[in-house]
Amino acid sequence: MSQHIPEHLHYTAQHEWVTTDDPATVGVTAVATEALGDIVFLELPAVGTAVVAGQVCGEIESTKSVSELYAPVSGTVVEVNEAVTADPAVVNADPYGAGWLFKVAVESRGELLTPAEYEAQAAG
Amino acid sequence: MSDPSRRDLRGESGTPDDGADGARRSPLHATHVALGAHLVEYAGWLMPLRYGSELAEHTAVRTAAGIFDLSHMGEIWVSGPGAGAALDSALVGWVSALEVGRARYTMLCAEDGGVVDDLVVYRTGPEEFLVVANAANAAVVADELRARCTPEAAGDAVTVVDASARTALVAVQGPAAEAVVTAALPEEARAEVAGLRYYAAASASVGGVPAMVARTGYTGEDGFEVFVPADAADHVWAVLQGAGAGHGLVPAGLAARDSLRLEAGMPLYGQELDRTTTPYDARLGRVVRLDKTGPDGAPIPFVGREALAARAGAQPARILVGLEGLGRRAARPGYAVLRGEVRVGQVTSGAPSPTLGRPVAMAYVTPEVSAPGTELTVDVRGRAEPVRVVELPFYRRPSQRGTP
Repeated sequence: MSQHIPEHLHYTAQHEWVTTDDPATVGVTAVATEALGDIVFLELPAVGTAVVAGQVCGEIESTKSVSELYAPVSGTVVEVNEAVTADPAVVNADPYGAGWLFKVAVESRGELLTPAEYEAQAAG
Repeated sequence: MSDPSRRDLRGESGTPDDGADGARRSPLHATHVALGAHLVEYAGWLMPLRYGSELAEHTAVRTAAGIFDLSHMGEIWVSGPGAGAALDSALVGWVSALEVGRARYTMLCAEDGGVVDDLVVYRTGPEEFLVVANAANAAVVADELRARCTPEAAGDAVTVVDASARTALVAVQGPAAEAVVTAALPEEARAEVAGLRYYAAASASVGGVPAMVARTGYTGEDGFEVFVPADAADHVWAVLQGAGAGHGLVPAGLAARDSLRLEAGMPLYGQELDRTTTPYDARLGRVVRLDKTGPDGAPIPFVGREALAARAGAQPARILVGLEGLGRRAARPGYAVLRGEVRVGQVTSGAPSPTLGRPVAMAYVTPEVSAPGTELTVDVRGRAEPVRVVELPFYRRPSQRGTP
């Protein structure tokens, strides 16, 4: 199944996306939401939390499964999208837009994938 | 029951359509692909998990109607003058007492009382029964029935025919199901099908295809299950979808089916039921008919009778309960149920309930914590989430037409 993969973002192998600016915005990809099904609960790191690239920083629960959320960058969480914790369906509806999850003041970036690399992984 | 359907539905020939990955494909596979289904392997079959949003599919069944492919289920015909007596000795239910055109929920148990499968049995004629088995157990049930339904056991001739490979099963479930299904019938058949009681069945022509239409289901809603020859499945599905167009009917997958049956407190084999479970553990002791008697008034022996009779009056070591989540995170199968620090049970099914808006679960717990209102916790990935024991089902539809 092919999904549109935005060109302006970077990706993790675990299907998070992250913007290249600072603070960086983090979300999950349409590849992830398609695989998960309807998301019903999100546990996101609180504002002020230090997150570490490549480490678990939250949880995404869909009707059938639970997945861990990995931080794509290291830094401090400066904003959380309260709209998606109140209504996780927004993440399914618009994963790259209104469904963003949180923003991080970046100290360092992890090993991220380019759109082409992520597309190759998602296809493989 | 019309003769064409008899011929079409009851043969044993027909070959399973194997997919490239080894999973069997439903006779409705092309329909699912055309509808953009998200397919998963389930019990050796490649089946639709969902078509779009599984929550929307769930809600459609509660408020309008959903159409499901259940062609992975097993259909096994048991017929002959000894069929009723044979099934009385093979199953825990009193099958020979069933009226023609009626159905019963029952079980096939092992000698030790463990559940081999839970089943629906239809009496389609004086000497003919249809046994519907779970997909994962269909072959085992067919083998067990062949072994148990012998002329020696029945005292008369009996034949067992596994028609699973050539039978498709399409369910239409929801408050609009009657309107949808009757719209797909010829004028003269509508009143009979609309008048079917819960757990009753009739033969009818659906879109010109001879079918058996049963008022049964696994969603907690009113609904029908339509048995048709596999080679007519795509046509029948299209006719039913067309009939449902004005009634809010949507295709629904296994994800919605699972959340619907969980809300309705219905057990799923492999989760609430297995060979280590007796019907009494699952609070389904009512299906075990220790009181079934032959024409001479003598008790009818059946496989598992001694073990089950010994369990009938005893307190089970563990008992199935409903758990309502007081937090937002859902308990999942296998999670431990705790009272304080002490493990008192294990979750068998659990998910967020779309209808109730909070997590629900079923679990086996020790009897002393099984009373409704008991507050426990579930270990949800290292954190104790509060839950309360509640009566099953979690959801009951506003008006129910009689009971099975």
